[in-house]
Amino acid sequence: MPAGSPVIEDAPRRAAVQLDGVTKKFGGSVALHEAWLKIPSGEFMTLLGPSGCGKTTLLNLVAGFLDTDGGEIFIDGTLVTETPAHKREIGIVFQNYALFPHMDVAKNIGYGLRMRGVPKAEIARRVEQALALVKLTGYADRRPRQLSGGQQQRVALARALVIRPKVLLLDEPFSALDKNLRGSMQVELKEIQRELGVTTIFVTHDQGEALSMSDRIAVMSAGRIRQIATPDEIYRRPADRFVASFVGDVNVLKARLGSRQSSEAVATVGGIPVIVPAGPLNDVASGAAIDLFVRPEHIQLAPAGEAGTLRGTVSTHIFQGGHVDVYVEAPALSRDRILVRLPGVDAITRWPVGGQVGLRFGTTDLTAFPVEGDPA
Amino acid sequence: MRQPLPQRLLGISGKLLIAAILGFIILPAVVVTIAAFNSKAILTFPPSAYSFRWFERAVSYGDFKKGFQAGLTVTLWASTIALVVGAAFAFAINRYQFKFKRALEGLLLSPLIVPHFTIGLGLLMLAAQTGLPRGYPLIVFCHVVLVLPFVMRCAYISLQNLDTRLELAAASLGASPLKILLTVTLPLLVPGLVSGWLFAAILSFNEFTASLFVTTQATQTLPVAMYNYVREYADPTLAALSVIYIVVTAVLLSLANAYLGLGKVLNVEQGR
Ligand SMILES: Nc1ncnc2c1ncn2[C@@H]1O[C@H](COP(=O)(O)OP(=O)(O)OP(=O)(O)O)[C@@H](O)[C@H]1O
Ligand SMILES: [Mg+2]
Repeated sequence: MPAGSPVIEDAPRRAAVQLDGVTKKFGGSVALHEAWLKIPSGEFMTLLGPSGCGKTTLLNLVAGFLDTDGGEIFIDGTLVTETPAHKREIGIVFQNYALFPHMDVAKNIGYGLRMRGVPKAEIARRVEQALALVKLTGYADRRPRQLSGGQQQRVALARALVIRPKVLLLDEPFSALDKNLRGSMQVELKEIQRELGVTTIFVTHDQGEALSMSDRIAVMSAGRIRQIATPDEIYRRPADRFVASFVGDVNVLKARLGSRQSSEAVATVGGIPVIVPAGPLNDVASGAAIDLFVRPEHIQLAPAGEAGTLRGTVSTHIFQGGHVDVYVEAPALSRDRILVRLPGVDAITRWPVGGQVGLRFGTTDLTAFPVEGDPA
Repeated sequence: MRQPLPQRLLGISGKLLIAAILGFIILPAVVVTIAAFNSKAILTFPPSAYSFRWFERAVSYGDFKKGFQAGLTVTLWASTIALVVGAAFAFAINRYQFKFKRALEGLLLSPLIVPHFTIGLGLLMLAAQTGLPRGYPLIVFCHVVLVLPFVMRCAYISLQNLDTRLELAAASLGASPLKILLTVTLPLLVPGLVSGWLFAAILSFNEFTASLFVTTQATQTLPVAMYNYVREYADPTLAALSVIYIVVTAVLLSLANAYLGLGKVLNVEQGR
């Protein structure tokens, strides 16, 4: 934030946003089911989930655009469940930017300051600072329609930040931008967010975006928060099948539960033992069939028949620039082809299509879940 | 690059068709315009000699002057009242859910179906029954009823084109509901409201059928005065007046289009 803003103490990280069992219904259907969420001050929290899972609903509840049907919302420790939107001091950036078309860039950015009765000279100064922050110095007199999508999004960001909001909300802010621009905007947003230390809730259904930008991610599905954790944990220790398959590529292999200790369990896949977290398997009997979830980069290829490997047949290579995706058929392990991600181009020549290979699984970073009742 | 023959023929015939349609639409106006410059006191076409004398008569004839004033009075009141009422109803229908919403919508759009003479006759009978004088209030009321659907349409379409996220953004930036209305909603609705008003004014000023029933000799609007004139005289004065009508309307609409962009209001354009 512009110079002169107080430095936020880091030590007692109080919750900037707290949701206590917040529920929202539309007619008879539940759009958000008892959401519990605690976002410490300065955190970059991402809501990740498929279309219609309730991300926007949650954001709109925090912003005060919707009334709750249960539960309480706190911002900076203050109960705001009944507070109207215009008194919540929240900055929001929409996917379609929602810039005021009848105002120029400076007027757009200064809008929130005018509503607060800030003196003219100070508005001008802070608008100028905000423009510099989003690298749009010199664009003050443009109308929104004279700007590119990326520039409009920066203006929207500046407009939301200039009021020094208690929380910054972004609803799929980059999904209308092309891929390259999206990448650079992601970096820029992250830099600005870190610099200002503003608590941020970011909505996306793009898991790559979520993994690369967030301090923590809340994965949602069908109106429920399924897991709240750091990107690394979400990726390596998904809480359930949904999270495991929604975030990142994953192979689902047939396996069997062996012995179980307190936090870890031994599973066998094709007769080879692997270690998995025991948590998700609490209700499964020893010896029962389970599904083993393996990330494509956690499988190595070896010459067929090597000890500790399982046999498969290479069916396709897909060259991806930085790495090669090798698809291996192994009907005994999985109905679908198994995806193996190998660095370097030489994988294509080393493991020719049609050739037999050995699959070797890492001993860490594997998870297993009970077999689904119905392959829905 | 030449297109194949069938396509070229299709293109040419399409252009001819459009030209023919446009021709038929403006043909009456062309005939009347030429007749207006006839120097003889008969409505013939084509004229044998030309003059401006009928234009002079059109603007100096007493009944027309009075009719113009009466019409203007009625038009200004009726279209302004219709604007306020219509915008309020459009706002309510667009923003709120309530019982009988559909019914209200249908009722307000119904004058599009009910013939003008039915409304005029009905009001005349009501006035006669209740002893209400056939003065300006009655005529203004009649015109409000007639133009309300058009104003409401314009207001409603502008409201639908208005991205409600702009209002949400304003709220998040600290604007109270009243401030949002004044700084975001109304400024963005102005083109729609002004053009709605303009349509209402043009319709009201030209309205004849219903006005015939509810006006008197003292309050007759210009179209009624023209009707009474043509029953007595058959000279080109009316043609001259028609030309003035066309020119003034065209100028008003062009100005409105230049400043407000009527295209935006007339078709549902995707707001950005
Ligand atoms: N105003 C509304 N009226 C009725 N149902 C609604 C309304 N807004 C959202 N819903 C429903 O609530 C559910 C959650 O919607 P929401 O907009 O929060 O999803 P989302 O996660 O933001 O999805 P997307 O990624 O497509 O934006 C959906 O099933 C949606 O149909
Ligand atoms: Mg959404």
